[in-house]
Amino acid sequence: MSEPVLEVEDLRVDLRTPRGTAHVVNGLSYTVGRGETVAVVGESGSGKSVSVLALLGLLPSRTATVTGRAALQGEDLLTMSKNRLREVRGPGVGMVFQDPMTSLNPVLTIGRQLAEAVRAHGESSKAAARERAVDLLREVGLPDPDRAVDRYPHQLSGGMRQRVIIAIALANSPALLIADEATTALDVTVQAQIIELVDRLQEDHGTGVVWITHDLGVVAGIADRVLVMYGGRCVEDGTVDDVLERPAHPYTRGLLGALPDLAEETGDGEVPDLATVPGVPPPPTDLPEGCVFWPRCPVRSDPRCETEQPPLDLVGGPLLTKGDGLPHRAATWCREGDDRWT
Amino acid sequence: MTGQPYPEPAASPTATEAGREPSLRPARPRWRETLGLLARNPTAAGAATVLVLVALVAVFDQQLAPEGPNEISVEDRLQPPSTEHWFGTDDLGRDVLSRIILGASVSLRVGFTAVGIALVVGTLIGLLAGYYGKWVDDVLMRFMDVIFAFPAVLLAIAVLAVRGPGPTNTAIAIAVVYVPIFARVTRASVLGVREEVYVRASRSVGASDLRLLTRHILPNAAPPIIVQTSISLAFAVLAEAALSFLGLGTQPPNPSWGLMLAEGRGYIELAWWIAFFPGMAIFLVVLCFNLLGDGLRDVLDPRQRTAMGGGR
Amino acid sequence: MGGYLLRRVGQAAVVLVGVSVVVFGLLQLVPGDPIRLALGTRFSQETYDALLERSGLDQPVLQQYVTWAGNALTGDLGVSFRSGEPVTQLVLERLPATLTLAFASILVALLIAVPLGTLSALRPRSVVDRGATVLSQFGISVPDFWMAIVLILIFAGTLGWLPSGGYVPLTEDPLGWLQRLILPAIVTGVVSGSVITRFVRSSVLEVLGQDHVRTAQAKGMATRQVLGWHVLRNALLPLVTVTGVQLAYLLSGVVVVEIVFAWPGLGQLALQSVQARDYPVLQGAVLLFALVFLVINLVVDLLYSVIDPRIARR
Ligand SMILES: Nc1ncnc2c1ncn2[C@@H]1O[C@H](COP(=O)(O)OP(=O)(O)OP(=O)(O)O)[C@@H](O)[C@H]1O
Ligand code: SF4
Ligand SMILES: [Mg+2]
Repeated sequence: MSEPVLEVEDLRVDLRTPRGTAHVVNGLSYTVGRGETVAVVGESGSGKSVSVLALLGLLPSRTATVTGRAALQGEDLLTMSKNRLREVRGPGVGMVFQDPMTSLNPVLTIGRQLAEAVRAHGESSKAAARERAVDLLREVGLPDPDRAVDRYPHQLSGGMRQRVIIAIALANSPALLIADEATTALDVTVQAQIIELVDRLQEDHGTGVVWITHDLGVVAGIADRVLVMYGGRCVEDGTVDDVLERPAHPYTRGLLGALPDLAEETGDGEVPDLATVPGVPPPPTDLPEGCVFWPRCPVRSDPRCETEQPPLDLVGGPLLTKGDGLPHRAATWCREGDDRWT
Repeated sequence: MTGQPYPEPAASPTATEAGREPSLRPARPRWRETLGLLARNPTAAGAATVLVLVALVAVFDQQLAPEGPNEISVEDRLQPPSTEHWFGTDDLGRDVLSRIILGASVSLRVGFTAVGIALVVGTLIGLLAGYYGKWVDDVLMRFMDVIFAFPAVLLAIAVLAVRGPGPTNTAIAIAVVYVPIFARVTRASVLGVREEVYVRASRSVGASDLRLLTRHILPNAAPPIIVQTSISLAFAVLAEAALSFLGLGTQPPNPSWGLMLAEGRGYIELAWWIAFFPGMAIFLVVLCFNLLGDGLRDVLDPRQRTAMGGGR
Repeated sequence: MGGYLLRRVGQAAVVLVGVSVVVFGLLQLVPGDPIRLALGTRFSQETYDALLERSGLDQPVLQQYVTWAGNALTGDLGVSFRSGEPVTQLVLERLPATLTLAFASILVALLIAVPLGTLSALRPRSVVDRGATVLSQFGISVPDFWMAIVLILIFAGTLGWLPSGGYVPLTEDPLGWLQRLILPAIVTGVVSGSVITRFVRSSVLEVLGQDHVRTAQAKGMATRQVLGWHVLRNALLPLVTVTGVQLAYLLSGVVVVEIVFAWPGLGQLALQSVQARDYPVLQGAVLLFALVFLVINLVVDLLYSVIDPRIARR
């Protein structure tokens, strides 16, 4: 296998808050290969956004401490020089931000904001950048792109703004695309169009994609692998099939609505969205010892649950790894086949 | 417009969530707590201490002043600061320190009277405008706009020109200038609390307007008004000095800081102390009221509804 | 845009009517006979009668106001009780000096506030930030007339670099004009600049925390560009309003500073007319000041709508 696009190792993010230090990301590791799509799922507040913002150095530098390693095509993003990081932002990593309402500058036209992305990484003239901006807007399916370039964000709907943000992220055909809830505000047709656009980018450029979402339909449709986050940790990862069909972590099962006593029945249709798990996640300023999930865990089958943090281990041992060779791992003391596991 | 505070670079979802919580209970200012918080703010506490000292000096000025305000002595003219005359003497041989001590009460009295009037009138106008809205609001606030359109000192000058000089008229002149500011701050504050849950709740159980205004709205709208009061005192002291300096406020031979500055101005190259020390006295008091205002703002008005930048 | 403009102009017009009533009322509130007060003890009956005739003070109040306001609309503000010269001419002569000082002061204020406020916001709690906080607190609290005296003492007296006051028209002696403008503009500018510095600091801090700044950074734009185009442009919006509000205080400072520096503007004229009990001239000066305030404020509002696309299209 060729060199992965992104290799994250033991990423940790601490944020200084008035209420103490928030341990928002706690030893996250994952890999995104060329042309691969990794879906990141997890409840609100599990640290998804923070973990990706940290990669590009976009957290407030006065309050955030980021440690670990995050290699983009072999080059560590966390230690690179400011200048190099600036070069990488855009062509190296394109990022689609979560909140389309606030992520665009209200006093500049969207054409200008797109053109900036183009011109930050090339000598292209104003006119050329504008043309490229129109093309990009067309590609993300914005109606009437020639006129839209001269609009201000407040003149566009939420879905339209989200497409503008996607266009900005794609402007430099990035090696890695990070999409944080990129299609939440979009209707199904536009969503399909965007997904197809990203697919094409992956084919043409081998772009790796990190796709943060709550939408299991999207996960099933586009992801190669899934990473489940809880309390700033990866609690389970594996292929889409493994994780969605054979979830190993009680939290994942709760999210999927697989455990009857954890979540309401989702009916016989497909799983449309994450189910809700009873209880609330622990505040990142005050994480429990042992397994982060234990206060909410209905299984809690092991004495170590409350004292010792379970490592991210292969599910069912190496022999049970599925045929495609990609590992399926979960961080829990309980194991399928374990008789306490019901 | 709302003056923005010194916010931490926001983006913290926790912070915004907290901001959205509907307050179900009137957040009455708790005096003990407020004072405690203020005491822990060293700048504000220091400023408050200095102001208390100045107030004491003003009250006991007769006992404290080494000499009378108008003890003229020709042989002591234009003496530089010395152990005998700490702040030197002026062109008539009067002791500058004594005159500063005796001038304190004038400055403070005019300041407090002016702000007292402006506070009562302005708050009332703001309450009515904010609570009743509609045409009441329009008429009252347009009227406030009219007063606000005149440069403060010029308006005060005009009032004094019509009513004649003297401390009472000076206080009235300054009060006129500051009414619109209290009205605006109060109105904004009232608009903020008018629709709060508990106000609507009391209204639905049939509380009278007067009861609502005095029991619910005013206490909750009070923090910015208190902050504004401290800041306005700074302005009032400054304005009294300016008007006296221009010859329209306190009249000679009464001691007043602004007047002393004007008198010392002609001797500035010969005897800098005559104008310098009264200027320092004004500066110190104004600074302390402003610092106290800032401290109060931090404690009472985290949403910063008061106009920033103090009394100017 | 058109609607917004019209509404703002309408509001200003209403305020202007109120202003005219207040200014007119000034003369009515004078205890005693204002003409007699102005003329002193020795005057001829003809002068008195002529002034009474011209000012119409013997008419009923309402009629007086209507006549006065009507005349004012045509640019006739009556005559000075002292010299008999038309008030309009007297105040218009002084207007350029006042406007020059006002604009120079705003310029100084912004030149202080924008860089200092931005720097403090970029490095909160740093030495620069703390220094700026202390300085602005001083600038807000210092009596402007006292600062004027101290500056005169230093720069005109001890150092002898600048004249201690006065005015020469720009057209006659550009250097002399500038030399005489510097100190007064600094005094008023420092005071307003101190207030504005705090606003710039807080609004830059706020914008820095907004999501769209992150988007701009993520594009790989240079920090300088992000600051210039994205942060400052947004931070400018509240700054424009603050400068508008500050204008009221700034003009107030101009009045005082004009007097200390013998700057022949409206403020000096106002004080002179008070001393001479020349009420029509005082009225004229006060009215013109309010007019200047309203016009600049209107311009600021329109400027705001140009900078902020969200308002312009409302
Ligand atoms: N700038 C910040 N300062 C302090 N705490 C923060 C900051 N940003 C995020 N947090 C905290 O970090 C935790 C993780 O937030 P994050 O935004 O990464 O969640 P998320 O998984 O993206 O959730 P969502 O699905 O709602 O987007 C939350 O508890 C949040 O309160
Ligand atoms: S380790 Fe224990 S508490 Fe944690 S998920 Fe597994 S069973 Fe639940
Ligand atoms: Mg998020």
